[in-house]
Order: sequence, then structure tokens, then C-alpha cells
Amino acid sequence: MLELKDVYAEVEGEGIEILKGVSLTINKGEIHAIMGPNGSGKSTLAKVVSGHPEYEVTQGDILFNGESILELDPDERAHAGIFLAFQYPVEVPGVTNTTLLRESYNTIAASRGREELDPLEFDDYIREKLDLVEMNPDFLERSVNTGFSGGEKKRNEIFQMAVLQPSLALLDETDSGLDIDALRVVSEGINKLHTSEDAVILITHYQRLLNYIVPDFVHVMRDGRIVKTGGKELALELEEKGYDWLDSQTTVNGEVK
Amino acid sequence: MSETKALETMIGEEYKYGFSTDIEYEEFPLGINEDVVRLISEKKNEPEWMTEFRLNAYRAWTEMEEPDWFNATYEKPNFETLQFYSAPKHRPKLDSLDEVDPKIRETYEKLGIPLEEQKMLAGVAVDAVFDSVSVFTSFKEKLAEAGVIFCSISEAIQEYPELIKKYMGSVVPVRDNFYAALNSAVFSDGSFCYVPKDTICPMELSTYFRINNMNSGQFERTLIIAEENSHVSYLEGCTAPMYDEHQLHAAVVELVALDNAEIKYSTIQNWYSGDEDGKGGIYNFVTKRGACRGKNSKISWTQLETGSAVTLKYPSVILQGDNSIGEFYSVAVTNKKQQADTGTKMIHIGKNTKSTIISKGISAGNSNNSYRGLVKFNRKAENARNFSQCDSMLIGQTCGAHTFPYIESANPTGKIEHEATTSRVGEDQIFYLQQRGISEDDAISLIVNGFCKDVLKELPMEFAVEANKLLGIKLEGSVG
Repeated sequence: MLELKDVYAEVEGEGIEILKGVSLTINKGEIHAIMGPNGSGKSTLAKVVSGHPEYEVTQGDILFNGESILELDPDERAHAGIFLAFQYPVEVPGVTNTTLLRESYNTIAASRGREELDPLEFDDYIREKLDLVEMNPDFLERSVNTGFSGGEKKRNEIFQMAVLQPSLALLDETDSGLDIDALRVVSEGINKLHTSEDAVILITHYQRLLNYIVPDFVHVMRDGRIVKTGGKELALELEEKGYDWLDSQTTVNGEVK
Repeated sequence: MSETKALETMIGEEYKYGFSTDIEYEEFPLGINEDVVRLISEKKNEPEWMTEFRLNAYRAWTEMEEPDWFNATYEKPNFETLQFYSAPKHRPKLDSLDEVDPKIRETYEKLGIPLEEQKMLAGVAVDAVFDSVSVFTSFKEKLAEAGVIFCSISEAIQEYPELIKKYMGSVVPVRDNFYAALNSAVFSDGSFCYVPKDTICPMELSTYFRINNMNSGQFERTLIIAEENSHVSYLEGCTAPMYDEHQLHAAVVELVALDNAEIKYSTIQNWYSGDEDGKGGIYNFVTKRGACRGKNSKISWTQLETGSAVTLKYPSVILQGDNSIGEFYSVAVTNKKQQADTGTKMIHIGKNTKSTIISKGISAGNSNNSYRGLVKFNRKAENARNFSQCDSMLIGQTCGAHTFPYIESANPTGKIEHEATTSRVGEDQIFYLQQRGISEDDAISLIVNGFCKDVLKELPMEFAVEANKLLGIKLEGSVG
């Protein structure tokens, strides 16, 4: 489904290289966790895949369903089925959650030749999805992320994911800022949404998320590269031994930021 | 990068109504002096008292200085070469729309102004002002049935001299300011509306203004009077053709609300704002003011300002009557090299008077957008209240937003709240929406519409749709 081939990426116009040769293959039905210390390039990886204009891919290629997506705008990548749950969801004052989601849903539906929903049909549709993340219906008429608590914002991201039903979900530190109850709700939501037809990439610092969502693979990033890949037990090992333990395992060029 | 691209498409958005109609114009001497003022009055067959009104204003104007206290710079109009009056040559007397000059009809068609069925079905009376002279008035009969007078100001001067004498210049005195004095001397035409006691005007009133004659100043004069227990909603919308020379527009609008009366005045303004270098756009120097003379009266201004090269405009309310209410809802969009210095004045005189100011300024390109507002509580204005919210949004790195709030309170029981914010449409905000599948243009449109929501919801339904479209045209670029 998603294939990164030796991807190098830098901050547009500044020449600061963040990804230094990342290769990764994700098949449908799989859940991958990407872990690593701050500044290792995890969030950049998510932004590069979703097409953030701040980053430029200087080498390598990213294939989605067999085709390069490097030339696609972020909205075109979203139409193709890529969804990013933001680490810091953005506020859009004056635009209600419903308005945004109907616009999103219908735009994506139109691009894929699916039927668009009128406001009434859409209202029925999203109300079903609310339960999945135990959200209050009041949420729908509130402005997107405006005045939301950190936890509410994260929950809203997963709610949007439930509504849009992407084939690849990149969850960028969705667990950070969540209390233990919210973490459970959000994790259960993600588990319910996951099917054999889609894939999930979890980006996280902490092993605790992986108690709720069990990954098929765990990758560890350091200084812009994937330095180790293993099964779910790798996360536990990291938790116990810390990232420094990897230094004795692998050779990493350059400094850790 | 995406933001830059969006800006480029925005800036590249050409004025869609840039054309002129080939219609014969009556020639009129250039420049201004007492003879020119007399000639205007004569052309319009005005009574002696009106000629005196104009001359009085002209003499006051000659003693006044052109103002320069605002946050805008521009080439001052040359009054020596300006044509102060123009009218289509063959002024028709019409029984139906079919008799309107086909070229004028065509102009309206191009503008997409639904002069006919659509408007009528929507229940809107249209008083179309082509250049300076009214050529068409509809729904007059239905309004007359309700006792509402809605006609051109020229006609009102002939037909209702007592009302004109009593009210014209009573809200905006001829000496009020440089451009109001000029307008009082040379005003060409405009709308007059009188809503009698205990009457709710049966339809929304709307006038389309249009400037279509090179070198002709456009001096509209509007007067609306709402008697006791009456209600009227007035819509004003404008577009103008593209020309290479600055065109001056200095209108005066006066509103008078008596006991328990309510006037709602809405404007969508989309005059030509000049090319990339700011060349050729309209100067919009308008004096708009309402007087809440009666108890419990209410005047509400709502405006969406998107055009003009330079805008100086402060629709104001004088709250004389006890418990009267003044409102100002404004969205001002500037792009390219547009300059807007706009806001309001709320003058509280009566007891328990209340005012609300919601101003949203959006700046893009190399434009400059200023909010200037005065809230004044007089000594006798017991328990006066004001709430002001002034928000600015910046798109890109080369535009400016400024806020100049003035507060004067001479009564200790008054209460004033002022909130102001400045935000920038960021790459992250656009990326967030794009990641949700929404195109860059639609994302900007969505962000801007969200930002203006509190104001747009004050517009009459029919205008709200136009407003959304206009914001789209101004800020989206040409979406395929």
C-alpha cells in the first residue's frame, strides 16, 4: 500500500536535512508503530507522506498503491486515501466541525466517484460515528478545534478519521496529552476502525499506547533513519532499556538532535 | 509555498465587471464653481430653496481643507478637471422594463443583476441608478399601497419638499466634512425612502449603483426616514467598469429613526479597486450616518467592503433617544494595493443606549486595512453600553492591518468593552484543511468565511449568498 524508497527530505529552502534515507513498506491490514526520541524525524515522516509544503523530498520516492505521490498536493493525497491525525490539530474559528467534515467527506467522495451526502443524510451519518469516540453531539456545532482541550482535539482527529474512512491513517502522537480514560476510548476507536483493508501508522514516544493497539511491526527512528525494526516486543525492550540502548546496537551517523 | 501560490492566484483575480457601455452622455462643463452648481440645480428643475442649499454647501466647501488624517496615501482628485454631473442623454419615461435602453439592460445582464423576474419573485423593489440618474423604479405601486415612499431623491425634492427640507442635512450637516460639503453642493441623484407611522415596509429595498462615465464624479445622496413604530431594511450593492483613471465617489447617506422605529442598512461594495499597481481604482469617500432620534429606536449598519482603491468610510449612529440601539457589522477585504480606513462612530446621548461594533478586516497582497472607531458617551448618557470587537486577518507577508479605537466617556455609569485580535492565515491552517481533502482555494475561502461569520449572518439572506460568492471571488482566485 505504502512504500518509501530511500527517502531523503529537507526543510524547503533551508537545506536542513531531516530524513536521511528512510525505506519502509506497509501492506494493507497492517499496523506499524514508529518510535524514537524527539527530533529523530518521526513527525517529519508523517508530514512528508501527507505532503506538507514545508518539506521537500530531495531523493528517493514514495509510492502509494504502486504510484508515486511526490507530485500530488496534500488534498490529492487525501483523496487517494491518506489521512494524518495531527500532533497539534489546528483551530479554524467560525467553521463548525460539521461544515468541515461535510465539505471533506463530499470532496473526497466526489474525487472517488462515490455518492455525496446532502446535509440531512450527512447528519445521520456522522452522528453514528460520534459514539465511536464517545463524543458529545455538541461537538458537531462547535468551531473546529477552537477552545478545545488538548484531549478533545486528539479525540476530534480520530472522529474525523472515523467519518472519512481513509485507507492509510498516520497517527502522529495521538496518545500525547490524553489521560488514561481518553487513551482507552481513542485506542478502542482506532481498533474498531481498523480492518484488513486499511493500514495504520502509529507515531509515538511511549510504549503505553501499544498496550491498547497492538502493532504488527515496530520501527525505531534515530537521526532521520529507521535504525531497527522488530515485532511488538521491541517496544517493550525499548521501554525497559531506553533509546541509548540502541547506540550499542547500531551505528548512527551524525548527532542526535 | 502554498500560501504564496494562493496569493498569486488571488492577486491574479481580474475584476470581472471591467467593461463600459457605449451610451451617449450629455456634455457638461468640467470643474466646479457657483455657476456649475446652479447649472446642476437648473438641469434638475429644482426649486429655489434647493439651489440655495447647494450654493450654501458649495461656499462652505471652498473654505474647507481636504482631510489627510487617515491611514492612506493617494493622488488627490483634481477638482478642476472633474465632471460633476452626467446623465444618460435620452432620459426615458418608463412604464415597463422593456422600455429601458437595451444597452443598459445588457450592462445589467453582464453584471448578473437579476433586474427582472428573479428580483421580483424574491420580493425586492429595485431602484437602479445608472450613473447619476434613476432610469427605472419598480414595485412602486405595491410600496405605495403600504404608504411607503421609495423614489429617487430628485423626485422627492419635487414631490415631497417638506420632508426633504425637514430632514436633508439634519444628520450630516453640509459643513460636516470636506466630501459631505462637496456632495451637498453637487449631488446628482440617489434614493429617498419614507416609511410612515406604524408601517412595516413590505419588502427589502435595494438600489444598485453603477459608475460608468469617465471623469464623472459620482455623488449619490440617500435619505431614509422611519416614522414611529416603523421598520425598513435597505440593501445597497455596487460594481463598476474598469477604467484607467481614478474615479471619485463621495456619497452621503442619512438615516432617521423615530420612536420605536428600526432601520437596517446593508451594503455590499465591489467597486473596481485598481490593477496590480493600484492604478485606476475608485476612491470611495462616503459619509454615512444614522440618527436614532426616537425612544427605543434602532439603526443597524452591515457592510461588506471588497472594492475601491481607497476607502474612507465610517457609518455611524447618533443615539439620541433613550434606550436606542446602534449596531455596526463590517467585513472589509483589501488586496493588491488597496487601502481602506473604515470603522464607525457611536455617539451615545440618551439614557440606556446600547451599541455593538463587530469589525473584521482581511488584508492580502500589498494592501493596508485600518479600523478606526469612536465610542463616545456624553455626560447625560446614563447607563450607556458598548461592546466592540475588532479582528484582523492577514494573508501573506506584505499586507498591513491597523486598529485605531477611540473611546471618550463623560458619564461614570457607562460600560465599554473592547476586544481586538490579529491572526494570520497560516500555512499550517491551510495544510490542515488540505489534508482533509479540501483544495487550497476552498481552504482559504472556508477560513475567511469562518472568520467573518458573525458579520455575514447579519446580512439579509439574499445578500448573504452574494457575500459568500464575493469573498470567494476576491480571495480564492479562479477556481476551475
